[in-house]
Amino acid sequence: MPVKLKISSFHAPYSRAFRAFLFICSLAAAAQLAAAQQAPSAPQARFVVVLDAAHGGDETGGRLTDGQFEKTFTLALTTRLRSLLVARGIEVVTTRESDAVVEPEKRAEIANHAVAQACLSLHASEAGSGVHLFVSSLAPAQPVRFPAWKTAQGAWLARSLKLAGVVNSALLQAGMSTTLVRTTLPVVDSMTCPAAAVEIAPERSALHETTAGLGDPDYQARVAAALAAALVEWRTEAHQP
Amino acid sequence: MIPRHQKIIFGLLLVASVAMGVTLWHLRQSAHERLIAGQDSAPTSAPQIAPSEQATLLVANDSDGSLLTQFLSLPLPTDPGARAHAVLGKLLDLYAAPDAAHPVPGGGSSVIQVFLLPAFELGSGASTTKPKLEDSRTVVILSGESSTTPSGALSQQTPQFGPQLAVVNLSGAFAANHPSGIETEMLTVLSICGTLHANLPRVTQVRFLVDGAQRSTLAGHADLTRTYLAADAMPAEEIRP
Repeated sequence: MPVKLKISSFHAPYSRAFRAFLFICSLAAAAQLAAAQQAPSAPQARFVVVLDAAHGGDETGGRLTDGQFEKTFTLALTTRLRSLLVARGIEVVTTRESDAVVEPEKRAEIANHAVAQACLSLHASEAGSGVHLFVSSLAPAQPVRFPAWKTAQGAWLARSLKLAGVVNSALLQAGMSTTLVRTTLPVVDSMTCPAAAVEIAPERSALHETTAGLGDPDYQARVAAALAAALVEWRTEAHQP
Repeated sequence: MIPRHQKIIFGLLLVASVAMGVTLWHLRQSAHERLIAGQDSAPTSAPQIAPSEQATLLVANDSDGSLLTQFLSLPLPTDPGARAHAVLGKLLDLYAAPDAAHPVPGGGSSVIQVFLLPAFELGSGASTTKPKLEDSRTVVILSGESSTTPSGALSQQTPQFGPQLAVVNLSGAFAANHPSGIETEMLTVLSICGTLHANLPRVTQVRFLVDGAQRSTLAGHADLTRTYLAADAMPAEEIRP
């Protein structure tokens, strides 16, 4: 008995501490459980768009009619589009924020790390008319854990085509002429997200007269607004079960 | 009074000058005769005039992003390499014309050389061979279809009967002056591929060099590091079985 008393007296303070420890652990477990229960809904709420302003730095891209380089145009359009998207509660990740060289691999890497729901690579050209949409011409592939770098987009092709369709509809609704083309682009082909390249060309009439040039602020605003509307629509579709 | 020895020196110099003048005149005459004799011994056979044949050109159109088939009567050499050079020269001459639907400066002289080499046959995705996913390449297709050509399935053909790889060496000036843009660059590449295949059906693959060296893009967009499948640049009804 004395031994028993001794033992109980010896353990009494530790028992209280142990109970307190258990209580804290149970609280932590409950918190983790609650977080785990909320986890499936968290990615649904998160909607990230990657905007890739093509070219930059020494890699100027094409020279446009008004004298500016393609890299300047794409950066300005990215900035404008980002403002419109952020105002609508969409998280935006850009591949460049300044006139800097960003390698194609780095652009795809940024997009892939963002785990985005839409990736748009923005280009501009004086050739052609309207807005040209490009989706990867890779063959559709099954998702794998470690996709090949050059063909990673294959697993996302179906979603990319849907995204291009939504963007195409929004541009048409905004009164712009579009062409939807499948081609190979090293940046887009390595992206693991629904991705498309958007090339903005001047608006031209049937007689090939320019009705809205790339330097026209109104035209730029219309393109940015149409792209923003498309991405808002895409978010709605992405959140549908 | 002029000393005697100076008179003698003057006389000797005068005689030497006259002698040198006569020698020079004789040398000139003999050189002229040798030149005439050389011209006489040069081959004098007249150059063969190749008979006119119907050539098929796939001409790009920027306004709708299409490739239009044009048939022209051209004097085409029988040698396949020279034939390829001739049709591509004509194609680029069309692009250099003032009213071209796909304006690209440079003209026919932009094609420096066209090499025809035995090509590795590229299997299809449905072939029994197991292609390496990492090596799979997809061709550029404007019509919206795609096909995968895994280079993992390789079988070399004999040069006389098998498929050929055309290596088109373009001038640096052509690439430097080419309008920048995804669509316009891809149209140039595809029209070259399609024109080669239309006139030389054995040409199934096309690679590009610029001034004899590999170049990453044509003018910032179209990938020149990859092998293009010539047949897939053809309109669907033009593809030969």
